[in-house]
Amino acid sequence: MFRNQYDTDVTTWSPAGRLFQVEYAMEAVKQGSAAIGLRSKTHIVLGCVNKANSELSSHQKKIFKVDDHIGVAIAGLTADGRVLSRYMRNECINYSFTYESPLPVGRLVVQLADKAQVCTQRSWKRPYGVGLLVAGLDESGAHLYYNCPSGNYFEYQAFAIGSRSQAAKTYLERRFKNFSDSSRDNLVKDALMAIRETLQGETLKSSICTVAVVGVGEPFHILDQETVQQMIDAFEIVGEQEGPAAEPDAAAAAAAGQEAAAADQGGSTEEGVAPMDI
Amino acid sequence: MNFMASKQPENCLLGPESDSQRTLYPYVTGTSVVALKYKDGILMAADLGGSYGSTLRYKNVERMKPIGKHSLLGASGEISDFQEILRYLDDLILYDNMWDDGNSLGPKEVHNYLTRVMYNRRNKFNPLWNSLVLGGVKKGEKYLGTVSMIGVNFEDNHVATGFGNHLARPILRQDWHENLSFEDGVKLLEKCMRVLLYRDRSAINKLQIAKITEEGVTISQPYSLKTYWEFSAFANPAQGAVGTW
Repeated sequence: MFRNQYDTDVTTWSPAGRLFQVEYAMEAVKQGSAAIGLRSKTHIVLGCVNKANSELSSHQKKIFKVDDHIGVAIAGLTADGRVLSRYMRNECINYSFTYESPLPVGRLVVQLADKAQVCTQRSWKRPYGVGLLVAGLDESGAHLYYNCPSGNYFEYQAFAIGSRSQAAKTYLERRFKNFSDSSRDNLVKDALMAIRETLQGETLKSSICTVAVVGVGEPFHILDQETVQQMIDAFEIVGEQEGPAAEPDAAAAAAAGQEAAAADQGGSTEEGVAPMDI
Repeated sequence: MNFMASKQPENCLLGPESDSQRTLYPYVTGTSVVALKYKDGILMAADLGGSYGSTLRYKNVERMKPIGKHSLLGASGEISDFQEILRYLDDLILYDNMWDDGNSLGPKEVHNYLTRVMYNRRNKFNPLWNSLVLGGVKKGEKYLGTVSMIGVNFEDNHVATGFGNHLARPILRQDWHENLSFEDGVKLLEKCMRVLLYRDRSAINKLQIAKITEEGVTISQPYSLKTYWEFSAFANPAQGAVGTW
């Protein structure tokens, strides 16, 4: 995108009918580090890449719990993301207090989108520079939404935002048809695989990614480092033995029977070598 | 000069007297509402009386109304405040429907909303002078709760307002059980309403029974209960105590 005379104000239309400031805000999302989300009928998994600026600093928080049944992953200006998370938490808490019932995620997402839209139509404001992947449960099941700075929102089976998200999206596009009936663990594994795609060769470690899960009977929570590392170890090794496009069941079975498999392979190679008769 | 000027004590929290918009006492009131959970949902009964003090003035006041798809509200106390509550709930359900998103407010949500409204009004010393009964069924879950004019709220298997608490609840505590059939539920409610008719001065013999199930709300046509006034002990009440009335 090149600089032009219609991009100074968010309230200025271009002759082609575009609001450049809004589009620039969406660019900010593309520059942030990756965040991905995927859902089945009963669970939603959010994941993000968390890289610290230097070895001395801690990494930025990009996944926020909004309520027991809603969580959000952000990409872009994390400060804007933090403020919007606070707004979401407030809305959820107020609804819970009045109705003693969880706020349906579909309604929260619309409120969020309306809030973002306001910033695209006031000359003294600027659009929020953050994209939000909102994961939540309501009466009609598990939902994953993407909220843009433009004030639009879309529902997804799986999505990725931020830098190098296209690699993750490609991976998700290939696999999304299976997600609906996927088990919770397989969903987490797919999330980790998708995160790995965005790293482009760099080793996937639990120290550089964060994974969170919410589902029926499972309140939103961020998985701790150990659990994540265990899951990474489980499928990375399988990835080496059986090829990178490991099937979901094979991954689960292999994790359980890893040692047995190793023993079998050792045994079979020996059996494969026959003593020379000559 | 106003010789009859009434003066509030210095530490009074009731606000300026010119503030004559606050509810001070009820004018047209409804008497008890009784409700219970049964196999398929909730049954609720209330008579159609609107009393003006001790006069049984209005005989066609419907004190039970459906709310949205899943709830039924019954009220005793000031009728105009009940109508005001119905307007609040109308707005609430309207905005809920406008979302058009497959989510809807169930009886639990409506009950809690009403609790907030009643409690907040009480805190401003301007109560809605009602005792409310909120029952409903949503996704197979039965719900029955009550809120008073001071914001006291709770849920139970059977609830009642006003005199119903003193006369009907003991009957219900004895005779209510899980999974009552519709017929048994109605019989039990009629038993309670009959006692109320005999003993509550503001009760009239014209009642409705409302039912709410997963399918929806049905409110019966008004009807009367059979009563018996020929108990020998009451035939000549002064017999045992000459001079009594």
